[in-house]
Amino acid sequence: MFKIVDAPIASDALYEEVLKDYNGAVVTFCGVVRDHSGETTTDFLVYDAYKKMAEKKMSEIGDQAKEKWNIEDVAILHRIGRLEIGEISVLIAVASPHRAEAFDACRFIIDKLKETVPIWKKEVGQNGEAWVEGPQAAFAGG
Amino acid sequence: MKVRVLFFASSSEIVGCKEAETEIAEGATVGSFKRDLMLQYPDLLRLKNVLSIAVNTEFADDLRVLKAGDEIAFIPPVSGG
Repeated sequence: MFKIVDAPIASDALYEEVLKDYNGAVVTFCGVVRDHSGETTTDFLVYDAYKKMAEKKMSEIGDQAKEKWNIEDVAILHRIGRLEIGEISVLIAVASPHRAEAFDACRFIIDKLKETVPIWKKEVGQNGEAWVEGPQAAFAGG
Repeated sequence: MKVRVLFFASSSEIVGCKEAETEIAEGATVGSFKRDLMLQYPDLLRLKNVLSIAVNTEFADDLRVLKAGDEIAFIPPVSGG
């Protein structure tokens, strides 16, 4: 499952989906809204996405991870809309027969997602509101 | 010919809308389309070196020739996660 959702995400929402009899490890990663950015206080975040492209890109990253670590079970949810401090913005679940592959694949997936999947956050806080831009272009060939 | 344009994050604030239909010339490319919009909205120049373009949900380089009905998305550096 690779989906953009607008309802709250539970931390175990993908656990059953990736758990299979042949897997011996499940690693999940939760990205969570924190109350500051640098020196600035954050009140809440608003996420937006190019939904159909984001779901396609998340699925492609999942396929890359499956191929690279020879695993079967990967799932990603990313929420959009207004998120309060402490809420989950992204949930990744990876299961594998042995733990090393699941840890490594999960790290790979969140790093790739943050570089290339068309999702943006707007920080709203003491300094007003502003869209956050990552450090580089999402597409290197542009 | 008509194309559909989507603007996200800071690019949508600069142009003042999230999507639009617009008329472009036959033979227009991603690069020429981007240049035209930057002339129309000079504030987009700030994104010049970091902006990515997607055509029909796939990243496209400046040489890509546009076709009628294409969906062109302006993608500033992403910040999901």
